[in-house]
Amino acid sequence: MRSDRGSRAPLGLKIAAAAGLLFLHVPILLIFAYAFTTEERSYQWPPPGFTLQWFAATWNRPDVWQALGLSLRVATISTAIALVLGSLCAAAVSGSRFFGRETISLLIILPIALPGIITGIALRSAFNIADIPFSFWTIVLGHATFCVVVVYNNAIARFRRTSGSLIEASMDLGADGFQTLRHVILPNIGTALVAGGMLAFALSFDEVIVTTFTAGQQQTLPIWMLEELVRPRQRPVTNVVAMVVVLVTLLPIVAAYYLTRDGAEIAGQGK
Amino acid sequence: MTTAVSFQNVSRHFGPVRAVDRVDLAIAEGEFFAMLGPSGSGKTTCLRLIAGFEQPTAGHIEIFGETAEGVPPYRRNVNTVFQDYALFPHLNVIDNVGYGLMVRGVGKAERHRIAAEALELVQLPGYGERRPGQLSGGQRQRVALARALVNKPRVLLLDEPLGALDLKLREQMQEELRALQKRLGITFVFVTHDQGEALSMADRIAVFNDGRIMQLGTPEDVYRRPASRFVADFVGSSNVLPPDFVERHAGTARWASLRPEAVRVEPGAAGAVTGTVAARNFLGASTRIAIVVEGLRLHAVLPAGRVASGEGEAVSLAWDAADLHLMEDEG
Repeated sequence: MRSDRGSRAPLGLKIAAAAGLLFLHVPILLIFAYAFTTEERSYQWPPPGFTLQWFAATWNRPDVWQALGLSLRVATISTAIALVLGSLCAAAVSGSRFFGRETISLLIILPIALPGIITGIALRSAFNIADIPFSFWTIVLGHATFCVVVVYNNAIARFRRTSGSLIEASMDLGADGFQTLRHVILPNIGTALVAGGMLAFALSFDEVIVTTFTAGQQQTLPIWMLEELVRPRQRPVTNVVAMVVVLVTLLPIVAAYYLTRDGAEIAGQGK
Repeated sequence: MTTAVSFQNVSRHFGPVRAVDRVDLAIAEGEFFAMLGPSGSGKTTCLRLIAGFEQPTAGHIEIFGETAEGVPPYRRNVNTVFQDYALFPHLNVIDNVGYGLMVRGVGKAERHRIAAEALELVQLPGYGERRPGQLSGGQRQRVALARALVNKPRVLLLDEPLGALDLKLREQMQEELRALQKRLGITFVFVTHDQGEALSMADRIAVFNDGRIMQLGTPEDVYRRPASRFVADFVGSSNVLPPDFVERHAGTARWASLRPEAVRVEPGAAGAVTGTVAARNFLGASTRIAIVVEGLRLHAVLPAGRVASGEGEAVSLAWDAADLHLMEDEG
């Protein structure tokens, strides 16, 4: 501890660290800057002038609203499915010991470890074989595969830190299953579920690869952006949308971070 | 006297493991009953069978004359003090203690009044606003006790409740638990692996091994007249004497037990039984010495102040014939 405080990082390391961070984040700022440019055909640097007209243009584009609406609905439903299935899986895997428990745990986590393109192709061919037409629900299904993992991971970490005897203590004191769920289980895993849900929402909201294979002709917001880059029309509109996407996904992730951090303190108090 | 808990030929198997194996048991109302045994002996499973967390594989359990099989834990008038206390980390002390009342729909003011009384009973008045994480181990133990007592159970189950406390606190809690039990008149069923705890607190002790009750009796019975080699060794680490040794010195070829404190040790090899001191442990109030006699390692406990012979010295041993307890043992 003492040496940590006393020693200072050498200048070279500081410069390298700053350069690394700039490399990561300056391009994002560029995206933001182009949202205000007066020039609409190519990305010219420096922008010849600044304007707010693209915000109005974006507002008036029905295709943006359609894509945004679809993305929000998909993310909401996928997250809802993930919250139910993920927390139930976590409760089952952490609450009991049975043959194949580790295997099941691995199989649940696998979709997030698999490259999205594999999941996408697999789902697409499965839909084809089963003769299921592409719809809102095929996108939701694709997204739910990895949303469940995020919720599951958050919930199981909390279940592991929560003593199993709490549930027995609750039953012992006269609470039936529903009362135990409401008064003991949910308060103890609640923040983990909120955090997992927010991460799942953010993941679903900007997912491209799996969506490409399961959406058919429908456009979620990220797919819409991809199309726009290929066939530009009012190019800075894409940048305005990109800014919105960054904000919409960043806020829940930051919130999730703070929630789980506090949760760790609450859970640690029992020890 | 009413029977609080009765086991009739109760077994609980986990796959091929017989955690509890054909146990018969009758615990009287108002009794302080200890289940004593090494870990894995089935004592905790018996407790969980009474609490309702386990169902018997075979046999019949009654709690105050009512069949217990199939009755879930929340419909039994039985409460448990858990080994890890299992206090709810998201609730403060008063809400922890009042939890049982809350789920029964008792109003907040009433609940807090009763919970505060229970906290006074366990000598933690004014601790209601604290979180479990802010309490010491001993305080958590008292909160767990108050939380279990607030429901006015007819049987209180305690699963190694003193295991996590340090020695001094443990001795203090032993006395307090005993006093509390006498005052409330509730049946206490206490699981422990600590024979000292069982002997000092319980009215009766059931000694468990391999899922079966090896002996059931008063502490004095179990200590002075162990029924088997296992009990003699586990309760108070008695000297277990093999039949040939007993035949030479007492005339019967049977297993026998001899309490270490019943052995008298004199320096010099003048007596009838002689041996060599192999080890000497100073225990504070007493000294424990190991003596090798005819190839057998015997222990003797001498009170403090008595000069004990040093290692390697020859000594003679003696004991009263009444202290040599013959056991009804398998070979």
